[in-house]
Amino acid sequence: MATTISAEADLAPEVLVKSPASARRRRGWRGTPYLFLGPFLLVFLGFVAVPAVYGFWISLHDYSFTLPLQPWVGFQNYIDLFTAGTRDAGDFWHSMEATGIFTVASVPFLMVCPLGIAMLLNAAFPGRTFFRAVFFAPYVLGVAVVGVLFRFMLDPTIGIVNFYLHKLGIDSAIPWTTQLPWAWVSLVAMTVWWTLGFNAIIYLAGLQDIPIDLYEAARVDGASRWQQFRFITLPGLRPVLLFVLTITILNSANMFGQSYLVTQGAPGQSTRTALMYIAQVGLGEYRQGMAAAMSYILAFILIIISLINFRVFRPAQEA
Amino acid sequence: MSTPVTTAQRADTSASVGTPAPGGPSRAARRALFWIAMAILAVIFIAPLLWMLSTSLKGEQEATTLPLTWVPKSFDTSSYSKLLDVNSATPVLRWFFNSLIAGVANSVLIVCIDALAAYALARMDFRGKKTIFGGVVGTIFVPAFVFFVPNFLIVYQLGWLDTLWALIVPSAGGAFGVFFLRQFFIGLPRELEEACELDGANQWTIFWRVVLPLARPALATLAVLSFLSNWNDFLWPVYVLFSPQNLTLPAGLGNLQGAATTNYPLIMAGAVIASVPVLIIFVAAQRQIVASVARSGLKG
Repeated sequence: MATTISAEADLAPEVLVKSPASARRRRGWRGTPYLFLGPFLLVFLGFVAVPAVYGFWISLHDYSFTLPLQPWVGFQNYIDLFTAGTRDAGDFWHSMEATGIFTVASVPFLMVCPLGIAMLLNAAFPGRTFFRAVFFAPYVLGVAVVGVLFRFMLDPTIGIVNFYLHKLGIDSAIPWTTQLPWAWVSLVAMTVWWTLGFNAIIYLAGLQDIPIDLYEAARVDGASRWQQFRFITLPGLRPVLLFVLTITILNSANMFGQSYLVTQGAPGQSTRTALMYIAQVGLGEYRQGMAAAMSYILAFILIIISLINFRVFRPAQEA
Repeated sequence: MSTPVTTAQRADTSASVGTPAPGGPSRAARRALFWIAMAILAVIFIAPLLWMLSTSLKGEQEATTLPLTWVPKSFDTSSYSKLLDVNSATPVLRWFFNSLIAGVANSVLIVCIDALAAYALARMDFRGKKTIFGGVVGTIFVPAFVFFVPNFLIVYQLGWLDTLWALIVPSAGGAFGVFFLRQFFIGLPRELEEACELDGANQWTIFWRVVLPLARPALATLAVLSFLSNWNDFLWPVYVLFSPQNLTLPAGLGNLQGAATTNYPLIMAGAVIASVPVLIIFVAAQRQIVASVARSGLKG
């Protein structure tokens, strides 16, 4: 925006005078910007802005498009969700717990492993581009492919994972997809395999933004590798770490496909995530009012978590 | 577009491999460790994909018989012929074209409307500009699931349930492309546009003849990213598409897994068919894809 203003100031004086004629010549017809914006704004309003409000409106109704009436219930859907013993409260919070477990278990790995990979890649060696592509490749595949592939590899009897574990002398077939804690181990591991490259690329860009002189100066001062990492790399990466942490938490909290395809929520409903339950209630059972209320609760919690992230990371960054 | 290249080159000079830390392990030992780590990691990332391909070329019998083998004893392409049969209950060829049509239409739509909007936001002055830009960018971090229920109802009202329209239009309202292209347009030198303005060209001519040709790399990157995310989209198509012949590949793969629970060669063949196009695009556009991901973090 600043460039627009400064560039205008450089223009010929006749424009600065802003006689009606020259202003029109300079900017064209007044409506032009709106014509340029129109097509996007139409789609944006129809499928982003309006739905954001419409969804809240729906959540205030006992809404189901299979019924003739959609009675207004005020905040009853929300109240029900916070009242033990109602139809959805137990299942909803159970699914929120599953999402919470998955997020807490996966985020540390999704923060640390990609950082390790990025540091390996942040060096000159032959084949660097190739390795970077290899680590990133699973991410372009999409959750459906990765899901059915891991479901197959983790099959307890004919899966390749248990096949090799057996060769290593672990004889009992591990029930990767049907028992706890194995189901969580599977879901976290496949998510790390699938999305690690994405975070690694962001870290790598952050590492390359840290001035090399800092490392050279530290080496001259006799700093060890650990000290360089602790006092140059980590502080230098701070804004990138905040960004990666925030989007990783959001992505983990959005987990759906892995559970849907690999564990189908098993054992019982222990790995049925919040998104699975919201989709099931709203898009499967057509109880849209309740599902909308659940999605606003989850969104609210995620906003709070994101704000806490910024609170924790920002002050030190400015210091 | 050239920035990632220069940063990469700059990093090459900061080689940390083989530069011995004082008192640390020898250069050769470090080098060996580094390559061993790289080799193990590469195997972890490549082996599952090879296993998927290998299994898809096995017979159902061989795929479920221990000991498992990496190279099929007899190459069996019956899974592929079964899937590509148009009359099967799992018409993968239809799904493939559904995915292709939805992905291409979605990315064309996104590039067209986002380029127009981004240019207005980057270069024009008008009432409400700040509000519009703020409102649009503000939605980038709103989680997608908030829109599922209301958009499901809107799509239903429009009669788009169980059609590809449900996959083509709603996601085009996303703010990412507008933000991404606006940054690119702002970075373009203004001189060319100003020269054209003095020659009496109108905004549309400048946009069409001058700006768009310059923006080709950014437009291509946005098109590729949009196509990939549409091609891989899973939750939304699972719920808005019902009829077997209307599914996309990801939704179809879920069905395939449900229908042929133990016929792993069949499922893996479906997964290979879903993977090949995106892997080809990735190999072709790797630099742009990686650069756009890398940039996202520096902006944050």
